[in-house]
Amino acid sequence: MTLEKLIFYALSAVIIAAAMMVVTRRNPVHSALFLILAFVACSGIWLLAEAEFLAIVLVLVYVGAVMVLFLFVLMMLDIDLAVLRAGFIKMLPLGVIMAIAMAAELILIVGPDNFGLEQYAAPARHAADYSNTEELGSVLYTVYMYPFEIAAVILLVAIIAAIGLTMRKRPDTKYLDPATQVVVKRDDRVRMVSMDAEKG
Amino acid sequence: MEFFISLWGSLPAELQYLIWTLIKIIVIIAPIMLSVAYFTYAERKIIGYMQVRIGPNRVGPKGWLQPIADAVKLMFKEIVIPAKANKLLFVIAPAITLGPALAAWAVFPFDEELVLADINAGLLYILALTSVGVYGVIIAGWASNSKYAFLGALRSSAQIVSYEIAMGFALVGVLVVAGSLNLGDIVRAQEGGIFSWFWLPLLPLFGVYVISGVAETNRAPFDVAEGESEIVAGFHVEYSGMVFAVFFLAEYANMILISALTALMFLGGWLSPFHGWPLLGPLFDWVPGFVWLVMKTAIFMFLFLWLRATFPRYRYDQIMRLGWKVFIPITIVWIAVVGLAVVYQMPWWFD
Repeated sequence: MTLEKLIFYALSAVIIAAAMMVVTRRNPVHSALFLILAFVACSGIWLLAEAEFLAIVLVLVYVGAVMVLFLFVLMMLDIDLAVLRAGFIKMLPLGVIMAIAMAAELILIVGPDNFGLEQYAAPARHAADYSNTEELGSVLYTVYMYPFEIAAVILLVAIIAAIGLTMRKRPDTKYLDPATQVVVKRDDRVRMVSMDAEKG
Repeated sequence: MEFFISLWGSLPAELQYLIWTLIKIIVIIAPIMLSVAYFTYAERKIIGYMQVRIGPNRVGPKGWLQPIADAVKLMFKEIVIPAKANKLLFVIAPAITLGPALAAWAVFPFDEELVLADINAGLLYILALTSVGVYGVIIAGWASNSKYAFLGALRSSAQIVSYEIAMGFALVGVLVVAGSLNLGDIVRAQEGGIFSWFWLPLLPLFGVYVISGVAETNRAPFDVAEGESEIVAGFHVEYSGMVFAVFFLAEYANMILISALTALMFLGGWLSPFHGWPLLGPLFDWVPGFVWLVMKTAIFMFLFLWLRATFPRYRYDQIMRLGWKVFIPITIVWIAVVGLAVVYQMPWWFD
């Protein structure tokens, strides 16, 4: 067994173990942390597949930004675990059926019949100066230009909608406009009064 | 000696490579840890002199052994773990902050050929690693089982995530001009004297990067994460002894990293400031590139301390406003300007 294979199996084992923990942990914060572990191990596997751009972006975007916000929400929510766990036995048969169906579908689709080495020969190794980032970029901005732009616009719409939902004026907030704050002059705030000295 | 050479030769090639890489890592990390120790000393001394006092001067000649004494003290202190705290997360949180700050040096070119891993996506690697560091803060705040620590962690991680965007955009400008994600190539794209480095054509991005760097490392005037007047000490309020020291190490290691990266991206890394100039250029040719890099890094390290001694702390809403409403628009506009300049090959820098 080569070193590369060893790393692959180690990372896969970490991913599977972490994924199991995500669904079995009782504390949602722990689940989120195991999900992060799964992401990091996944990016390791992508590195092995010579897709270093995707691997690094997975860490940068999902681990570095998305999961931080996830954790924010999970940590601040007061989640009632009893409600979450209620009905576990009642729903178990349905859950098991669903799980078996999903697993069967996955095996049928991604199994060796469709993705075996007969269907797709093992790709040749790239040279040391191969840049995954450049290759992706050149395809993304030429062949897949329109899908790329449309995806960007959809994301922009989502951002605007999310901001729009939270844009409401609360009458009781004590918000100060920094632009008006910084132009304040001494004369606006200070009033000189002359008072006679008290006698006696 | 003979014995050792034959022993070395008998090892398999992969193991030799592994050992050799480990030695290189130690050669990089050991000086960094030493500079972290003496950076804390420099901070206390410099801020001391700025406030017209002497600073540490008792331990060793002129206080030179102060960092060692501090380290010994912290090592022998008790690590207090709060009741109902998550022990494992509580202990690994500092390591998560420190790890990325050290791992990022793997792709850092110290000189023309002096780099541990010369990878193509070096800049992305550094961005990804620095974005992982925030977990140390957020996990520490949560695992401490303390309101103050939790509030500090939320504040601090929101701030770090916000400023990361501005920093990332500033670096997008750099990579557009350099045309590469490889850190060595970014420096080579700045070939020339002080006026052909990227700080001049990318001046707004340079400013944004330096200030965001200060915010990213939670240093004054952006240190609301600690905010001792409001939330006692933020996310590390429950930490003591060695685990606290690791947070401290991580903060200083991050400062050194950001300083070195600024020197690399905007001040020409290992290049001499007089490179290619008549008379002055050849005069300074004998100076090794590494020396220039250290000097440039030291400028920014001093800047961190100078800022801390000079400015009062920002208010939290103003920090967020600065990051989102000032820095991000500036960087987006300047990326557009740089893009046009590169496409139309504007004279002096982009032709």
